[in-house]
Amino acid sequence: MRELALNVMDITQNSISAGATLIHITVEENTGKDRLSIAVEDNGCGMTEEQVKSVIDPFYTTRTTRKVGLGVPLFKMEAEMTGGSFRIDSEKGKGTKLLAEFVPSHVDMIPLGNITDTVFLLITCNPSLDFVYRRVKDEAEFVLDTRELREILGEDAPLNSPEVTQWLKGYLEEQTQIVEGGNSI
Amino acid sequence: MKSLAELQAIRDKARMQVGLRSEGNAEFRVQVGMATCGIAAGARPVLNAFVEEAAKRGLQNVMITQTGCIGICQFEPVVEVINTKDGSKVTYVKMTAEKAVRVVNDHLVNGNVVTEFTIGANS
Repeated sequence: MRELALNVMDITQNSISAGATLIHITVEENTGKDRLSIAVEDNGCGMTEEQVKSVIDPFYTTRTTRKVGLGVPLFKMEAEMTGGSFRIDSEKGKGTKLLAEFVPSHVDMIPLGNITDTVFLLITCNPSLDFVYRRVKDEAEFVLDTRELREILGEDAPLNSPEVTQWLKGYLEEQTQIVEGGNSI
Repeated sequence: MKSLAELQAIRDKARMQVGLRSEGNAEFRVQVGMATCGIAAGARPVLNAFVEEAAKRGLQNVMITQTGCIGICQFEPVVEVINTKDGSKVTYVKMTAEKAVRVVNDHLVNGNVVTEFTIGANS
C-alpha cells in the first residue's frame, strides 16, 4: 500500500463484514515522541482467540473467493518495519480493536496519506453505519461523530445524499487541515 | 468554513423536496470492489470520483456502494453497475478516476454503457 490511509480503508472493511454498526477510527500523532498510532475499533461479531492468532497469517482468510488474506498481515508488517508495534484485541460477540503504532521518522515509514478521503468514503458508502473519527496531532484534536450528524439531519437527508456528501467532504478537509496545521507527515 | 449549522439548512431543503425522492428508489447501484486487492490497485480514487461526480451532478437515482473481492483481482479496480429496474449488470475493469467520470456521464446520466471499459473488451 502506498498510504497508511489505504490500509485503514482495508482494515475497516473487515469491521463492516463483521457486521459492526459503530466503528471508531482514531489517528493520533505525537511529533515530540515521534509516534503515530492508528486504531480501528468495532462492535462487530469479534473473533475467537484462535482466529485472532490466525489473522496475522497471510494464508488465512474466511473468504471463499480467494485463498489469501493480506490486509491485516500487511498492516502489521508496515507498523513493525518502522520499529512500531501491532496488536489485536477481540472478543467473540463483542467486537475487535486493532492498534498499530508507527515511528514516523523511520526510513521505512509509509506516509499516512489522505486519511480524509478514506473516512469520507467510508461514511458516504455505508450510510447505515455509524463512524466516530478522531484525529489528534499533539495538542490539536478533531472529532466527527456521524450519530451527531444524523441527529441534525433527521430522516429526510441521508448521509449519502449529494448535498450532505459535498458538505461532509469540505468539513472533513477543513477540520483536518486545522489539526494538521498544514504540514502533514 | 463549513459548519454544523449548514447541515440544518441542508436538512430543511431536503425536507421540502422529500416528495421527490425516496430511498430504495435508486435506478442504478454502483458497486466498487474495496477489498485489499481493489484498494491496492487504486480503488479509492475511483470510488471518490463516483461519489464526487454524482454529488456534483446531484444525481438522486444513483446509489454508490462498495463490495468485497469478487475473485478477479487481476482486473481491479472493478466496478459493477447494476440496473435495479431490470437487474442487468455491467462490469467495468481496470478503472481509474478519469474513467469513472466518463461512466457517470455516459452510463448513469445518459444510459449508454461505455463498452471499451467493460470486462468483455479487456479480457
